[in-house]
Amino acid sequence: MLGALVVIAAAAAFGMAFVALAPNRLVQGTGIGLTDLMHGWRAVIVVPMLLLCIGIFMRPARRTNLMVALAGSLSLVALVWLAGDEAARLSAVAPKLSRVSLGGAFWVLLVVIWLAVVDALQRAGLGALWRVVVGAAIVALVVGLAVWGELDQLSLLKEYANRQEVFHTALLRHLQIVGATLLPTLLIGVPLGWALFRSERFAPAAFAVLNMIQTVPSIALFGLLIAPLALLAATVPWLGQLGVSGIGLAPAVIALTLYALLPIVRSTVAGLGQVPRSVIEAASGMGLTPRQIFWKVQAPIALPLLLSGIRITTVQAIGLTVVAALIGAGGLGSIMFQGLLSSALDLVLLGVLPVVAMAVMVDAVFGFMTLMVDRSH
Amino acid sequence: MIELQHVSKAFGRTKAIDDLSLTVRQGEFIVLIGSSGCGKSTTLKMMNRLVEHDSGRILFEGQEIRGFKPQDIRRRMGYVIQSVGLFPHWTVERNIATVPQLLQWPGPRIRDRVTELLQLLDLDPALFRGRYPHQLSGGQQQRVGVARALAGDPEVLLMDEPFGALDALTRVALQRELARIHSASGKTIVLVTHDIDEALRLATRVVLLDHGRLVQSGTPLQILAHPANEFVTDFVGRSEIGIKLLGLQTVASRVRRNEPCEDAPVAETLTLREALSVFVTRQVERLAVVDGDGHAIGCLHLGDLVKLRE
Repeated sequence: MLGALVVIAAAAAFGMAFVALAPNRLVQGTGIGLTDLMHGWRAVIVVPMLLLCIGIFMRPARRTNLMVALAGSLSLVALVWLAGDEAARLSAVAPKLSRVSLGGAFWVLLVVIWLAVVDALQRAGLGALWRVVVGAAIVALVVGLAVWGELDQLSLLKEYANRQEVFHTALLRHLQIVGATLLPTLLIGVPLGWALFRSERFAPAAFAVLNMIQTVPSIALFGLLIAPLALLAATVPWLGQLGVSGIGLAPAVIALTLYALLPIVRSTVAGLGQVPRSVIEAASGMGLTPRQIFWKVQAPIALPLLLSGIRITTVQAIGLTVVAALIGAGGLGSIMFQGLLSSALDLVLLGVLPVVAMAVMVDAVFGFMTLMVDRSH
Repeated sequence: MIELQHVSKAFGRTKAIDDLSLTVRQGEFIVLIGSSGCGKSTTLKMMNRLVEHDSGRILFEGQEIRGFKPQDIRRRMGYVIQSVGLFPHWTVERNIATVPQLLQWPGPRIRDRVTELLQLLDLDPALFRGRYPHQLSGGQQQRVGVARALAGDPEVLLMDEPFGALDALTRVALQRELARIHSASGKTIVLVTHDIDEALRLATRVVLLDHGRLVQSGTPLQILAHPANEFVTDFVGRSEIGIKLLGLQTVASRVRRNEPCEDAPVAETLTLREALSVFVTRQVERLAVVDGDGHAIGCLHLGDLVKLRE
């Protein structure tokens, strides 16, 4: 498995462009391979990458695994720095409008090396917590490079510099939409899950409806809500004044909430189902009130599964919010679609990368929380 | 202490309890027994209002139990079930402290109580206090279950087939603990079982139920010596009644004091049933008897076993 990854990485490193130089932001550039960049003292970068390769094929002892994790992390930061450095060098000599973008080799190496790091951490017996710590350290170093200005000449950062304001508004709006979705989802989903857990009669029907909503494509659901909401806003003026309208935030949040309900409700029901009947009987036999049984017994036992439901819901909402840009809800999707329409790949990346980063971070944070809750059990 | 007066209960159309009257007195160890579906568990659960009775009256300390809040009455009655039902997310200590915490005892008092109960049930407090239920064996879990039920110092202990899921050895060990706790604390205990040997071993009074009706109530000796009808005879095990009778009494009750006797001695605390087994395996008709310190006290004759003494 790891061997295959190394082959893929090597093929990418030698066969694909690491960075590409284009005369302007809209046309495809000419690729520059990793090997072409390794002149002068930049060649130092080869050291951690070589260590990484050697480590992967060595006898898997704990020390080797730790070495792989460290060398891999260093390689990741070094690759980002290398791309930034090369961009700076090229921009100094190339015409003003030219752009240096990240190439296929960069992305493939990024993913493969990260997988190797995660794998090594796991083999070294370091769990989810360490994955978060190492990931955060790498991200911090890369952000440090960006703040320091080392990456300024990369096209991605140039796009960012050009639209800083738009980007920040979009990012904030994205977070707003996700937050505005999660709150009603929890307020409706958890009590609904509780009710369905207690009522065997209505549960199948309710789940059928929730499942059906999940199967409606997101763009269709957004569209479906436009007409009724527009009508509602027209007939009830104060709702319109509150910001409810056929397009924009209202339909986005409603649709996203509808999507988010299924995982929350399902994990609530599953979580409550995990509480053994005997535990409930013992609890009520000892004189706990139904309320005490819920808060002291059922809720804590159901919590890990509920958390995993919230995790899925949040990651899903972060992704789906991108589509909500199509009905004017804003968010990072608007940057992505703008990039797609003007076929500016870097603009697309500027919209997509934060979404991916957000999803990964939320996933890691919830993974960590689940771990903590599990450990306290 | 608890009094059932002409109590009936039906689940849908089936009558679970039919005009049952029963008085549980202070300090008694009542064992409710019968085949499955006879209503013994229902009877127990009506006492702490986990099941509400349809008609008749149930009194606790002279007052109709419907006058109490269910939670209040349950906190005054310890409750142990076959599947234990320990809270999986709490340590042994917190599990045991459940009722004291509900009763809002001060912290140090709860800690002391937990220590005391762990010792009472033969669990090393230092070792077990911080463990989680999944780290315990079945027998240890039920020990914690019993400790948890005793924690609030309840007036009555209700036990629903508490040892039914345990292996034979562990069951006997826990029965012995329970008998010891009963004689030491004088706590009133109502226990449900379908195991006649368990009933004979533990009860001060056995209550035999069938189809929701009381068939016979009496000491183990009365039940065995004077079964009320054929059903009772069959239930206690027709062919083994004599042997079981011997199991109720000890060598000390039949020994001929100060009569010299040869042979390797047996202890006076042995049951007559065990003594009979020794007679047969050694192929003798007389056994020397010693007390706990090993001093000879007399002689047991095989022929003396057959005389029933109540």
